[in-house]
Amino acid sequence: MATNTVSMTVNGKKVSADVENRTLLVQYLREHLGMTGTHVGCDTTQCGACTVHIGGLPIKSCTILARQLEGADVTTIEGLADGDKLHPMQEAFRENHALQCGFCTPGMVMSAIGIVERNKDSLDEKTVREELEGNFCRCTGYHNIVKAILAAHKEMTA
Amino acid sequence: MPDGAIGTPIRRREDQRFLTGAGQYVDDFNRPGQTYAWMVRSSVAHAAIKSVDISKAEAAPGVVKILTGADWAADGVGGLPCGWQVIGKNDVAMHEPPHPALVADKVRHVGDNLAIVIAETKDQARDAAELIEIDLEERPAVVSMSAAAADGAPLVHDDVPNNLCYDWEIGVREDADAVFDKADHVTRLELVNNRLVANPIEPRAALAEYDPAGDHYTLYTTSQNPHVIRLLMGAFVLSIPEHKLRIVAPDVGGGFGAKIYHYAEEAILTWASKKVRRPIKWTADRSDSFMTDAQGRDHVTTGELALDKDGKFLALRVQTNANMGGYLSTFAPAIPTYLYATLLAGLYRTPVIYCNVKAYFTNTVPVDAYRGAGRPEACYLIERLVEQAARETGIDKVEIRRRNFISAAEMPYQTPVALEYDSGDFIRNLEDGLKSAEYDGFAARRAASEKNGKLRGVGLATYIEACGIAPSAVAGALGARAGLFESAEVRVHPTGSVTVFTGAHQHGQGHETTFAQLVADGLGVAVENVEVVHGDTDRIQFGMGTYGSRSLAVGGSAIVKAMDKVVEKGKKIAAHLLEASVDDIEFDAGTFRVSGTDRELGIGDIALTAYVPHNYPIEELEPGLDETAFYDPKNFTYPNGCHIAEVEIDPTTGQVTLCSFNAVDDFGKIINPMIVEGQVHGGLVQGIGQALMENCIYDDQGQLVTGSFNDYCLPRADDVPSFTVGTNEGAPCTHNPLGVKGCGEAGTIGAGAAVTNAVLDALGTKGIHNIDMPATPHRVWQALQQSNG
Amino acid sequence: MYDFNYKRATSVDDAAAAINSADDGKIVAGGMTLLPTLKQRLAMPSDLVDLADLSDLVGITVDGSSVTIGAMTPHAVVHASADVQKAIPALSKLAGLIGDPMVRNRGTIGGSISNNDPAADYPSAVVGLGATVHTSKREIAGDDFFTGMFETALEEDEIVTKVVFPIPEKAAYMKFPNPASRYAVVGTFVSKGPQGTRVAVTGAGPCVFRQSDMEAALESNFTPEAVENIKQDDGDLNTDIHASAEYRAHLVTVMAKRAVAEANG
Repeated sequence: MATNTVSMTVNGKKVSADVENRTLLVQYLREHLGMTGTHVGCDTTQCGACTVHIGGLPIKSCTILARQLEGADVTTIEGLADGDKLHPMQEAFRENHALQCGFCTPGMVMSAIGIVERNKDSLDEKTVREELEGNFCRCTGYHNIVKAILAAHKEMTA
Repeated sequence: MPDGAIGTPIRRREDQRFLTGAGQYVDDFNRPGQTYAWMVRSSVAHAAIKSVDISKAEAAPGVVKILTGADWAADGVGGLPCGWQVIGKNDVAMHEPPHPALVADKVRHVGDNLAIVIAETKDQARDAAELIEIDLEERPAVVSMSAAAADGAPLVHDDVPNNLCYDWEIGVREDADAVFDKADHVTRLELVNNRLVANPIEPRAALAEYDPAGDHYTLYTTSQNPHVIRLLMGAFVLSIPEHKLRIVAPDVGGGFGAKIYHYAEEAILTWASKKVRRPIKWTADRSDSFMTDAQGRDHVTTGELALDKDGKFLALRVQTNANMGGYLSTFAPAIPTYLYATLLAGLYRTPVIYCNVKAYFTNTVPVDAYRGAGRPEACYLIERLVEQAARETGIDKVEIRRRNFISAAEMPYQTPVALEYDSGDFIRNLEDGLKSAEYDGFAARRAASEKNGKLRGVGLATYIEACGIAPSAVAGALGARAGLFESAEVRVHPTGSVTVFTGAHQHGQGHETTFAQLVADGLGVAVENVEVVHGDTDRIQFGMGTYGSRSLAVGGSAIVKAMDKVVEKGKKIAAHLLEASVDDIEFDAGTFRVSGTDRELGIGDIALTAYVPHNYPIEELEPGLDETAFYDPKNFTYPNGCHIAEVEIDPTTGQVTLCSFNAVDDFGKIINPMIVEGQVHGGLVQGIGQALMENCIYDDQGQLVTGSFNDYCLPRADDVPSFTVGTNEGAPCTHNPLGVKGCGEAGTIGAGAAVTNAVLDALGTKGIHNIDMPATPHRVWQALQQSNG
Repeated sequence: MYDFNYKRATSVDDAAAAINSADDGKIVAGGMTLLPTLKQRLAMPSDLVDLADLSDLVGITVDGSSVTIGAMTPHAVVHASADVQKAIPALSKLAGLIGDPMVRNRGTIGGSISNNDPAADYPSAVVGLGATVHTSKREIAGDDFFTGMFETALEEDEIVTKVVFPIPEKAAYMKFPNPASRYAVVGTFVSKGPQGTRVAVTGAGPCVFRQSDMEAALESNFTPEAVENIKQDDGDLNTDIHASAEYRAHLVTVMAKRAVAEANG
């Protein structure tokens, strides 16, 4: 079981761990760094529960090797809030009851921030729904998630 | 109104941890010295096991232990038990074949458990699993119920003739036949209620640990009901007494029924943890979930409705075949019987109902309760029949419902299929629903669609469900092997803050907020001073868990009962301190007062006195302010409502677009309307998913064709619109202290029928009057082709 | 997944050499198809050779007659590129229909066409626009690149470096997605331009193909009506639980008709 040291920046902190070549980013985060906020809900790169930001872009951490990210800048759900102050997207999810069991939520929030970033000028319900294509939620029926993202867009672009 | 009072939409307190990645789900736990398990599963649906050779695998790097069905059998541990015994016609009990957690003789579905590999890492366990040499002698599989019932069909269980688990009936066949013989009109419908996979986004997981010092086991598991798992696994499978077994169901990422049952992995890990003397963690891949989570629905039904010349329903006659899969899952036998056939009156006065249910074993994954569980199947059958009858008789589909609804004045209403409805105003829900859906404007919207070459349809489903499961004596009489009460402990601390221990379990429902509101309201304390604890058999006195929309109606009632005890004791303390008679003490909004005076004490003062009993009636009263209650419901609760779907179909591709969905529901009294709406939204999409997208398909060999999200179509955000949902609180439940009915399953119960009726309303313009769910583009296009040709 | 050796290539030649020296080496570009395959243990490569550091393979250039997309350019970049939107809007649209936003942030055009999934979107654009695929060894005409299901004209150690799309007069892509996977059940790319009139179909068969009857009809009359009665033979088309061959054949015509309408604006 050959391992290599992989170093990157996660939520602003330099981290490193010895991992096998086959170790996925999500395993690196969860199993090696003990950061369990990022979840795994499928094995076919569809559910989006594992979404994190790499260099500011939402990526599915279940479909990228830790070794591919040597030196990368990664942000996870744990890195969004500023102390006790939630990120506007987190706050919008809370305010709009956009989560129930909470399992898809970390990936959903990371993906949602990407939607706002890509559509700063204007954002409508249709676009939000289309751009949520990579995130499954089984609890909310998406209704309140869509509401929350539109509300956060207002807040984040004000 | 104070913050958090009953009826206010306060934001959820559990959200902070979920939104910051601080939730603690089973796979987030790690124990020192932990090992990892990989389950070796059958790749074929039906085969005799000739041999399982683990010698090469045992030598693989990192392997700690490999255990097979032979080891399971050799230890003489029990099989997975079934929690409900159905007694069929002529008092013949259902067949209940053994369900070993690890099989030794033969496999009965793809995914059946052959061995567990325990290794230092998950990858090593999986690497080693591939070195196990398994010799299976394949046998022909039975997949459909018609194949299972055929003469000479292969037997899933050798001692179950014709694969028939039970043949059960309710009502008197001859009575129904007599009515049908004289009816002016008979509407007949054959339909399939398609098999579904629940697919909570968190896959199942388990982490078992044995402590040799205390001969004590701990199992972390993704369960909706940890005490039930302790009971089933401890008492029936592994013979571990309750005080030596702790089950923890921490944050759980959705359940929808699939996490009620006692699963093989829970027992296997707990059993193996003592052998390896190290913690073992197993986490399902989604592929595992598709192969091993109990699946839902899978009925094939013929239904007939007899009407008189005015469109009045005279009788209903139903024959349903229900697929149990390869083994009986925990509550499987009850679903197509006591949770389905007893609901066949729907909202209607139909005086005579007969239903026969035959349950079959097949070489497929076991089927059990999935959100709604029996009630969506009943609603789907009734509401399909009603709209078809309306079309056939030329009576408007709204009018035919009005003519047959049980009126609010007739409550309580005894149906011919055992249930007594306590409350409900069906007409009002219908009227509100029609208004909300702008039903009167449909013709214009249809004309606009037609201009664009599209077909438009509107469909209704009115439903009633039996929730708050269940009066224990009734459940027991019907075959349940457990009580179905709930328990609560309300612990008022010395400084007046409160911890509530509930036997209900939350996995999305928001109990930590709703139950805190109940207590804040009931005891007059600030909601932030109430903490709700659940999900740990070492912390909670007892519990039957969360399913069947029961948590508030049963679990909430238990909390109320415990609060009543707290208040009762508090009055005695107050009477002592205020030097008044107990009978003169009133309690309101956190204050104990001598009636008609301004002499009063806050609950905080009372609590402090209870724990610092210096001036205290110690001779008559124990110190402390901590009360436990068990609540056994007096009846089911009966949520009901009216759901209206509107669809547009592109006849060129067969694509169905859901344009709008309006729901008006009666959940009785509502504690937190925000949470209730969220429950409805989520339920709706599961019902819509069944109607338009989701379908669990096996091929003739019993291979699961829809074994991943690439083929099993889970609804996405752009598959559905935003919804309009409303509630009526005018007909609260009459027999529980809160007047609540439950809201968790309603959306799923009404939506399938409403959407399918809308699809058929649209397709009816092309002469198509029957289609099975899901109405996928391919299926709709094929139907249109056939009608054109 | 099975373990493997991992190497980050420093150049295209370095990558080719690494593949040549490996028992069973595989190139990883964005990894959006390869990694799911490995996770399911459906492949067991001895070595992964990562092109992530080859920044000269990333980028889009547009001149008067063509759009050139570097092999390692992610779909999201193609989709969002104002230059591509202006020159070949159909290509930008297609890139925005692949996978989902997260997949589009990683997945690359080079990876997509080298893998040649029968239901992938990009092959229809390469054939439908008559593009040229540039590799570490040569230039391959789009028409010759895709040779069968998951098969291409690429040699074992040959690496796609860029794809050059001639700018058409008009073009459009219409996709009917698989409801579950969102891959194309049928995707039809039509164009009229320097490479003639083209109709390329993905998703329907084992490999992208040109619909010559429709091309002939559109050659003289580039209107939706020209193709609406042309039936696609369903003999070689795919059948699965989502769509029969017959349905796919029908959708080829429907998507072609809608694509022509969109191309005409």
